Amino acid sequence: MKFTEEHEWIRMEDDIAVIGITEHAATALGDIVFVELPEVGTEVTKDEDTVVIESVKAASDILAPLDGEIVEVNEALVDDPGKINEDPLGNAWIFKMKVSDMSPMDDYMEEPAYNAMIS
Amino acid sequence: MSDLLNTPLFDLHVELGAKMVPFAGYAMPVQYPLGVMKEHLHCRESAGLFDVSHMGQVILRPKSGDVADAALAMETLVPVSVAGLAEGRQRYAMFTNDAGGIMDDLMLANRGDHLFVVVNAACKDGDIAHMRAHLSDVCEVVEITDRALLALQGPMAEAAMAALVPAVAQMKFMDVITVASDFGELWISRSGYTGEDGYEISVLNDHSVALARALIADARVEPIGLGARDSLRLEGGLCLYGHDIDEQTTPVEAALNWAIQKVRRTGGARAGGFPGAEKILAQLESGVARKRVGLLPQGRAPMREGVDIFESETAQTPIGKVTSGAFGPTIKEPMAMGYVVTENADIGTVLFGEVRGKRLPVTVTKMPFTPANFKR
Repeated sequence: MKFTEEHEWIRMEDDIAVIGITEHAATALGDIVFVELPEVGTEVTKDEDTVVIESVKAASDILAPLDGEIVEVNEALVDDPGKINEDPLGNAWIFKMKVSDMSPMDDYMEEPAYNAMIS
Repeated sequence: MSDLLNTPLFDLHVELGAKMVPFAGYAMPVQYPLGVMKEHLHCRESAGLFDVSHMGQVILRPKSGDVADAALAMETLVPVSVAGLAEGRQRYAMFTNDAGGIMDDLMLANRGDHLFVVVNAACKDGDIAHMRAHLSDVCEVVEITDRALLALQGPMAEAAMAALVPAVAQMKFMDVITVASDFGELWISRSGYTGEDGYEISVLNDHSVALARALIADARVEPIGLGARDSLRLEGGLCLYGHDIDEQTTPVEAALNWAIQKVRRTGGARAGGFPGAEKILAQLESGVARKRVGLLPQGRAPMREGVDIFESETAQTPIGKVTSGAFGPTIKEPMAMGYVVTENADIGTVLFGEVRGKRLPVTVTKMPFTPANFKR
């Protein structure tokens, strides 16, 4: 699993990247009450606003960490956005994408580096 | 936060794990470890304790000794009946300006030989200057700085408070009492800002921490931060000054007509005589071009302050704007209030809020969003 400075995590399952937000991000956002997911099939480019999540405090964008195509979204979050607070690194993955350019992965952090950044 | 003022409860908030934020010049708890959503729900289901010591507490003491003189003087600043307020009773009021706009909203109590006023933190310096400028011939205007203000709100508030001060059980909504207690003399009103039953308790600074500790020692009571205070008041349909009402909105546009008693309206015994009376009384007679309404987004996307409201999905010009919007933890859906043109303000009208470039349907709805739970 790799981590971005935007507090997202990326887990590779073969050539599919699974993306979510970190526990640190979920805690900082507070209780999440709304998730707006992209359409499956959407082509996204790195750093493009892809998902909107809103907490009791404010709205935030989740960026696509890589170039590629959205292949699956976690529909369960739409009805129960609070899952992101409960299990941000597991069941509350947000979207999956078929990656067309893996090279940015080299720049993303391993867990110790991410933990150092947020500490 | 070094330039910020602290309430007497600051150390207690920190000890309880609160996240402190700047608010109206004070370091205030926005949430405790429970979090905004659970704090909100706990208050609706049991009881919540709020530190509202940043608010202004002011006594208007009549120089004549007769509270009626202070009441009549205060009527020159607010469009409500102050002279008609019985001893031991409180009511909602607002300072108006010459254009009929709202300078602040406030609570006003008749405490026998004086009036007691509670005003918003952000406005208190201006309010006190305003009262001194206009009331000093008749009243001594005394800012109370040796007292904290706590609010205990929720269906279990009576049981929790009566365990410490039995006399509160006898109070009805909007009653005020002065009572001796283990925490010194308390000035208590049965009112609040959540739509729930409960109390606001003015307590001497030196006793405030002990009272707060005694209340949260009750398993039914949790401390509640400003985050949940905002979602609670919005579900309760209550205005937040500086957002839902301000100097550009009149009480009639703000749908606060209920706060203007007949005696102050055209034809009443003490009609007019407050700033902006001509405009406000005319609006009461012939209506307003826009008004404050409740808005329920049909989807799950919250519509926050500043969202433009349109008559249709394609209309070019907005007909309104959201002034407060959030997710309602009790109603489990987003809610908002805002101003729309009166032709589009009927309950049930479907309008469209523009969120991130998309027009989303929103229904004009009666407020409060949650039923009020007052002890009448």
